[in-house]
Order: sequence, then C-alpha cells, then structure tokens
Amino acid sequence: MKNRVVITGLGVVAPNGVGVPDFTKALKEGKSGITGHDNLKDFKFSCQIGGIPQISDEKKAQYFTDLQLRGFNSSGILYGCIAGIDAWKDAGFDMDSESQLDYDTGLIFGAATSGVEKFREAIYGVDDGNVRRLGSTVVLQTMASGVSAYLSGMLGLGNQVTTNSSACTTGTEALLMGYERIQNGKAKRMLVGSCSDHGPYIWGGFDAMRVMTYKHNESPEEGSRPMSATASGFVPGSGAGALLLESLESALERGAKIYAEVLGGEVNSGGQRQGGTLTAPNAEAVQRCIKKAVENSGITAKEIEVINGHLTATAKDALEIENWTKALNRSGTDFPFINSTKSMIGHCLAASGSIECVASIIQLKNQFVTPNINCEDLHLEIEALVDSNKIPTEKMDVNFDIIAKASFGFGDVNACVIFKKFSH
Amino acid sequence: MTNDELITKLKAIIAPYVQDEKAFENLTEDTDFINDLKVNSANLVDIILDIEDEFNIRLENEDMEKMLDVKAAMLIINTKLEA
Repeated sequence: MKNRVVITGLGVVAPNGVGVPDFTKALKEGKSGITGHDNLKDFKFSCQIGGIPQISDEKKAQYFTDLQLRGFNSSGILYGCIAGIDAWKDAGFDMDSESQLDYDTGLIFGAATSGVEKFREAIYGVDDGNVRRLGSTVVLQTMASGVSAYLSGMLGLGNQVTTNSSACTTGTEALLMGYERIQNGKAKRMLVGSCSDHGPYIWGGFDAMRVMTYKHNESPEEGSRPMSATASGFVPGSGAGALLLESLESALERGAKIYAEVLGGEVNSGGQRQGGTLTAPNAEAVQRCIKKAVENSGITAKEIEVINGHLTATAKDALEIENWTKALNRSGTDFPFINSTKSMIGHCLAASGSIECVASIIQLKNQFVTPNINCEDLHLEIEALVDSNKIPTEKMDVNFDIIAKASFGFGDVNACVIFKKFSH
Repeated sequence: MTNDELITKLKAIIAPYVQDEKAFENLTEDTDFINDLKVNSANLVDIILDIEDEFNIRLENEDMEKMLDVKAAMLIINTKLEA
C-alpha cells in the first residue's frame, strides 16, 4: 500500500507577487509582472522585457545572514531559498540554525543553471590571472545544486537532498520525484521546487534563438500572450516556487493544514523522435504523458476540470492544445477550463513548473480560475479545438476538485501532475 | 602601527566571519580563528583577501597555511609591511 501524499506548505517568489498572499492577489487580479529593462536594451536584445521578482535588502536580511550575503550574487539561489523557507514555515515548521537534524525530510530543488552572474565574475577573475582572489563561495553559488545546499543547511534537512535539472520541466519533475519518494515510504516530507536566475546572461541564449517576443518592448505588460492570435514568442521570467509534500499520515498526525492531494503524475521523454527535436515536442509522447498521469492518478479524463498548461506564447501553443484534446479525448465545450500563468509572469524557465504548480494549488484551494490576460484575440487554430469560454480572460469563481498541470522542456521532456482538493 | 592598532584592524576584518561572539569579545593574541572563533575553514581564504585589501599586501599560500591565529596573522602582516 503506497502512502498518500498531500501538500502542507507553499512558497513562491514570482515576478507579479512575492509570498503566497501577494501572489494569490496578483493571480486573481490578472496582474502582470512583466516590465521593461534598460540593460537588455543596452545589450541590444531583441526582447527588452522580462519578469523579475522584487526583493528588497530588508527582505534578504530576513532569510540570509550578513555572512551568507557577502559576495553573494546568485538570484536563483536567493529566490529558491526565500520560496523554500516560506513553504517550510507555512507548513508549521521553524527556521532555526540550532534545530535538530530532521532525517524524515528531504529536498529536491531544481535549477537549470546556478549563479550565472557569479560565474561571470569568476570567469573574468580567472581570465585576468586572478584565480587566487575569487573568494570561497564561487563553487557553492555556481554548482547546479547550490540552491539545495544553501536551503538544506538553513533548515537542517537530513533525508535525500538533491537538485534535478530538465529544462522547463524541472519544477514539475521535482514535485513528482519528491512525491514518489514519500509514496514509497523513503521520506515523510519532501520540500520540492525549482528556481531560475534572471538577467541578460541567462536570457541571451533564448534571444539568440529568436524565440522571445520583440514586438512589445514599449508595452511590456501586453508582451506575454499565450494562446493569442498575436502571440509572437515568450517573455522571459525568473523566480522560484516551493511546495512541502508530506505523507497524509504525517500531515494528519501533526494536524497540519492541507492544501491539496497529489493524486499522481507522469514524467517521460519524446526521445527526439516522431517530430520531436531538441527544441520541439514529440506530440505522441506529450499525449502519452498526460494519459499516463490520468491513469496513475486513478481518475478518468472526464474528471479533470481545470488545466494549467505549459503554454508559453510561441507557435507551439496550438499544438499543446491539440495534444490535450487528444490525450483527454475532450474538445469544444466538453474541454476543461485552461489557463497559462505565463500570461502574467512570463516564462520563468526552470522555475516555471514549480511556480505554476503553486499557482495551480492556489486556484484549487481558493476555487477560482485565473484569467488568461492578453488573450482577447484567441488563436483561430485553438478556437477550432476548444470553446472560447473554456479559456477565460477574466477571473472566474469555479467550484472544482481536480486540476492538471503539465510542463514541457527542451530536450523533448515532459511532466504532468494531477492535484485534487483534499478530502478524507 | 602599534599592536593594539593592528588588533583593532584585524578584529574589524574578522568580525563578519565569527561564529562565536563571546570568544570574539575576549580576543587576545592567542585566539585561534577556527577553534576559538569557530570561523568556517572555507572562510579563511576570504579573511586572507580582506587582509590583503586592508594592508595593501600580498599573502602567499605558505602565509595562509600559517595564519591560524591572531598572533601568526600579526607576525605575517608586520613582516610584509616591513618588507
């Protein structure tokens, strides 16, 4: 008998809201966190807009010691630690540097790259023949598992502590890896999430690929337009999301607040076959991933009421919708409500999966569906598949029990998870 | 520079890395950075860099290996300053 797994804590650092209360408000209001950035303009980026969470120095000091902040230059680790600590506290635990080591709790916190600005400093130092003066924290800030190293030490976690990396699938994959570990009785609690740095050195490669929009430099908030006929590429974002997963038994024993249950999910790859490439998805594998997630959750496709899609605002949005309609065998007015958090926060890359899982749980817990902002002009190919009422452009209050969340990433990798409102 | 002046400067440099405030308050020439002040051994390199900046000197790997307590630090800094 496998353990049931529930969510008992949430933390989020998003471009349109830091902390669960602010992020919830932003989701309800359809608030955009996308702004223009002069440095992108100075660097001659095609896309000069992006989503960067606002973190004050006072806020940093609440989470990090002065010593930790000396020479600290890793925005991803900053966001990840804030989200992770918030989720931990939200679940009713303290952050105490003297706490007893907790062997029952582990951490899977994903990242695509870590501390790219710190890495840049180090590269300049090395090239100048000055390696001896790099200081002691270059490795810690630039190793992929940097965020997990910082966070696990702050909280004293003694179960498995690791970092996964699977491009834009990372956050959703981290959640499913933690879920399986609790399901199989290897841990009572797993803090899962993911983070992404911000800025030109992380976004430059995407700009070079011409996959980010260059048409909204003067109207940043209108730039991220998933499912819109005028979608012209994604808007880059950054931040972190974190969720504390816990066995139902442990949560009930502690009398913890329960946000939702993780019913199941699936992770797979399209193997860059059948139309799949390094950058494009194998549609059959995407559909299989969704179908398997439904199957593993012990529900039928008919029971899914809301979908939080990957939907980045590139030419692939229509294909994603088609994949959902085929996987669920539902279309037109029979299709679930669907939204893309990216319309408000942009594509937060490695952080997207976890931030959007948090957004999914917030919608489920508070019984509403977030608006798809900038989607007044629904793409005709999408409208041919799904009734436009299922793609709300205004916030809707909806009573529902089940939401599906999917993330897809470069390398042709897929993840899909199913959340359910908790009931005994 | 008198020994007192040197210790005052050193204390300001070491302060951010100290994990045992009580030992720091009672700092003497015999105070050991790691055993007494509980400085993380990885941070010793940061202290070295801060000393280099403060006194405008260059410390070699051999100096760093010896610089485990206040007395040794003072000796090495004074030697470099006189050189």
